[in-house]
Amino acid sequence: MKKAHWEKNLVELIRRTSTDLPADVENVIRRALGREKKDSTAHNFLSMMLKNAAMARRESVPLCQDTGTLSFRFTVPTGFDTNGLASLTRSAVAKATRLGYLRQNTVDSVSGELYVTNVAPAAPLMTFLQGARKTVDARLIMKGGGCENVGQQYSLPDVTLGASRDLEGVRRCVLDAVWKAQGRGCAPGVLGVCIGGDRATGYAHAKEQFLRKLGDRSEVKVLARLEDRLTRDIRKMEIGPMGLGGKTSSLGVKVGTLSRLPASFFVSVSYMCWAFRRRGVLLGPEGGVHRWVY
Amino acid sequence: MIKRIEYPFTEEKVRALRVGDAVALSGRIFTGRDRLHQELADGTASPVGLRDGAMYHCGPVVMKEGDGWVVRAAGPTTSMRQDPFMPRIITNLGVRVIIGKGGMGEATRAACRENGCVYLQAVGGAAALLAASIERVEGVHFLQEFGPTEAMWELVVRDFSAVVTMDTRGRSLHRTIERNTRKNLKMLLEG
Ligand code: SF4
Repeated sequence: MKKAHWEKNLVELIRRTSTDLPADVENVIRRALGREKKDSTAHNFLSMMLKNAAMARRESVPLCQDTGTLSFRFTVPTGFDTNGLASLTRSAVAKATRLGYLRQNTVDSVSGELYVTNVAPAAPLMTFLQGARKTVDARLIMKGGGCENVGQQYSLPDVTLGASRDLEGVRRCVLDAVWKAQGRGCAPGVLGVCIGGDRATGYAHAKEQFLRKLGDRSEVKVLARLEDRLTRDIRKMEIGPMGLGGKTSSLGVKVGTLSRLPASFFVSVSYMCWAFRRRGVLLGPEGGVHRWVY
Repeated sequence: MIKRIEYPFTEEKVRALRVGDAVALSGRIFTGRDRLHQELADGTASPVGLRDGAMYHCGPVVMKEGDGWVVRAAGPTTSMRQDPFMPRIITNLGVRVIIGKGGMGEATRAACRENGCVYLQAVGGAAALLAASIERVEGVHFLQEFGPTEAMWELVVRDFSAVVTMDTRGRSLHRTIERNTRKNLKMLLEG
């Protein structure tokens, strides 16, 4: 491994994720802007979001000061040294923090003390998968606290929502989660949904939906239909950007599933704010860039 | 129509603002998060006068440059966490403008009406854009004790954009929208 190469390109992955809103997200916001009435708060806020994205990209500064939890997902070739990659990733995070691409944002849960480098137990989060390719596929999602706090998990059946263990029940859960979130997760956000799994894997899989591009649709027909229906329904809610009213209450809905136990039926809903930070890169064996993803 | 308001944010100025007004704020503002609010509400003396001042719920990304500081990113953070402390800070210290996101609860709404204080919603996540309206960093307090995110940054801003969502008449746009969207939710669940 060429250490310097790897570190440099991992820092670059963090920089792009923090400062450069993905094109698919930006396009959806731009389309939403066209639907809002000129001079309305919704219109003003959406255009400020677009201006912010342009400025962050141009000046290489964080889109949002809450640079969030960093979740890396690496897909590596057989026999690849994942321990080495993990320690390079940690030093890249520390470096990106020194360079101001990340805020000092990691706190000890008992003492309240700050980890000034953002390197701490389970920070950054790293998942390693084995793939068939010769390159390392590195994906990064950064998710802030405001939107993380409005995630919801439901155990069906849920009598108050009238939600039974079917797709209509899932629809009810997602609408309830969106209503409860109001603008607090920095609306308009993207909803990542997982049907099934357990309490831990449900949320994890809901978040994995954020790796999908906003334009894609689930390959499972009924889920694709559910995604479309929810997108339409949420628009009718009129929560609006930052919860101040308007037609744009979300940027999309992504639904995935996991198997479950007969006794459990969880619906996990994760909310990703409009400052949707997701990037990826394919790196060669020496750490050189093959191609940027998204 | 954008209403411009400048420091000092006197009672007269803030009582003229209404829910839904777009404002451009200029002059001195202070950042504060959980640690600061708790301390101030518990009676720790503020190192600066807050009368007719603005409190910005924000933990900025600040970099040292030469002898001074530069703010790179400074969007609002969730205000609701300060709801238990805010009324005392408004009443005892005379804060007249709160800037944040998500609005605040009943206790703060009442304190705003009684004392003459408004709540402004800034665009969450618009950290680069809002940082660009910061002209300079005048100083910082509690940096050692709280760390850079929780510290009290003294900033001078020019045309900082926000919308009034809680006014001195006791109105809250957050409450109105919550009520309206609840109706919409009910309709979607019935349909
Ligand atoms: S929820 Fe809002 S404040 Fe938090 S990271 Fe997202 S845009 Fe930033």
